[in-house]
Amino acid sequence: MAMKFEKTGEGKYMLDVCGYVCPHPQIYCKKSLEKMEEGDVLEVIFDNPSSGETIIQMCDQAGHEILEKKEEGGKLIYMIEKG
Amino acid sequence: MENIEKRNQVWAFIVTGILILISLLYYKVNVYYMYLIVYIWFGFAYGMMLQYGRFCMASASRDLFAAGVPRMAVGILIALIFFSLVGVVLSITNMSTFHPGPLGFHELIGGVIFGIGMVLAGGCASGSLYKIGEGNGTSILSIIGIAFGQAIFVDIGGVFNKLMPQSWMDKAEATRWIPADKMTAWFDHYLAGYVFHQPQILLSETKAIKSLAGEGNIRYFIGDSLINTIIPAAIVLLLIYYFYTRKGFIKKRRKKKGSTGFSDELAGIWNIITASQRTTFMGVLIGITAGIHILAMKGMQLRFGVNNFGQLLTRMGHGVDVSITGKVFDPGYWYITTQEAQFAGWIMEKLGWNVRDNVFFGVMNGLPELWRNPALWMSIGIIFGAMVMALLKKEFKFKLPKGELIIWGLGGGLLMGVGARVALGCNIGAFFIRVAGGDPGGWLFGMGMVLGGYAGVKFFNWWTERKMAKEMEAF
Repeated sequence: MAMKFEKTGEGKYMLDVCGYVCPHPQIYCKKSLEKMEEGDVLEVIFDNPSSGETIIQMCDQAGHEILEKKEEGGKLIYMIEKG
Repeated sequence: MENIEKRNQVWAFIVTGILILISLLYYKVNVYYMYLIVYIWFGFAYGMMLQYGRFCMASASRDLFAAGVPRMAVGILIALIFFSLVGVVLSITNMSTFHPGPLGFHELIGGVIFGIGMVLAGGCASGSLYKIGEGNGTSILSIIGIAFGQAIFVDIGGVFNKLMPQSWMDKAEATRWIPADKMTAWFDHYLAGYVFHQPQILLSETKAIKSLAGEGNIRYFIGDSLINTIIPAAIVLLLIYYFYTRKGFIKKRRKKKGSTGFSDELAGIWNIITASQRTTFMGVLIGITAGIHILAMKGMQLRFGVNNFGQLLTRMGHGVDVSITGKVFDPGYWYITTQEAQFAGWIMEKLGWNVRDNVFFGVMNGLPELWRNPALWMSIGIIFGAMVMALLKKEFKFKLPKGELIIWGLGGGLLMGVGARVALGCNIGAFFIRVAGGDPGGWLFGMGMVLGGYAGVKFFNWWTERKMAKEMEAF
């Protein structure tokens, strides 16, 4: 099991933390956003529902915008634009 | 998608049906098992609420320090306030089963160890149980760690006894009510030589509160609820607002309105309370349920004329389950960890380990068969309740623990187990219940838990940075 943080295009990043449980998804998400530029978009893929609530509030407080939230085959996918 | 939803609903009904069937079977065997059934269904209710509200005390300090998210810390404070208010009514009506614990430095130390453990494990004692209900394999390891960490910790003696201060050893040896053959482990000397000599304080029973509020019922509200719970909880809430969310909130308001005043500060405080409505709502509900649970257990005790389930086990001919004082672990309220220690102790005994030659199992808590252990059924109820809620919300997914999570889960669980024994309880028994009950010792454990959580977050931050630096080498 490995965490994946990849650049998928210009200003686009992907963080895959499937299989990870609290607190890893939220910490990796925060660290990833810290490494990105304002306006960049991060696609976070995780399957630990408890982390979702924290990620949503973290983005709200830090001024990041969640562009999209979807669920695919037990995986949660959030598209976050760094604010 | 519709099929999955239907399948989940069927499973939710099956799990609930199994618990109903188990309850009916117990009732059929003996009406005394009503006592145990009450634990099952309160556990089930806790499990549903914990899962719905993502209510895990590990995330209270962890998410605050790691991500600046206060939702869980706020949820706990709300739950404490409501629980304490229900507790006042129970005290006034003489229907409370709450009793304060020994107040001492051990609470702080135990809290620190527990706090580090819960961050590493990814969940506190109750949080790990509800996450098992979500299919989280790492949490199974955490609970195994908590269980065996405690059972081994309370039974080891020999060289560990030599680490005890001589004064504790002397005091322990002088304790007459504990038979010598039960004073074998280091933990026995720790209890009899130190812990049992610490004061037990219930604020409403102190001279200070009685002189302030008089001998009447109002002292329960003033002492146990207002001074021990509501005011400290409000102070913590204000500190969280000031240090974590005020800056961002006021900045947003200023941008919108041009200037800000006192009403904006109040709006900011209200904002952190309502930011995660499901957590706050569950905080209210959990607080009230925990209070009603106490009422229900007291009702059972009055109904059967006992003050411990061990007496009923003895009446039913299961004297082998109880300790030499005729008791089994039966907290009378929401509690985690001791029953997990009994679970591990039961396995160890079946493997030939003599675990009854100590105070923890032999004198205080007994070692009932697993199917006759009331508090263990509460833990099972939590798992099942969380499972039903997770299934209904399409959030159940079995995840085997892999790689580093195995180490974090087991290691964190072991630390939680050790911390819980040092402090005589976990985030529920040593913090939540004690604080809301009017015992200031609960705050000592809470402070330790936050300090430990902070240390755990520092460690994980370092670990995460290190891993991400490796991942980022490619670009």
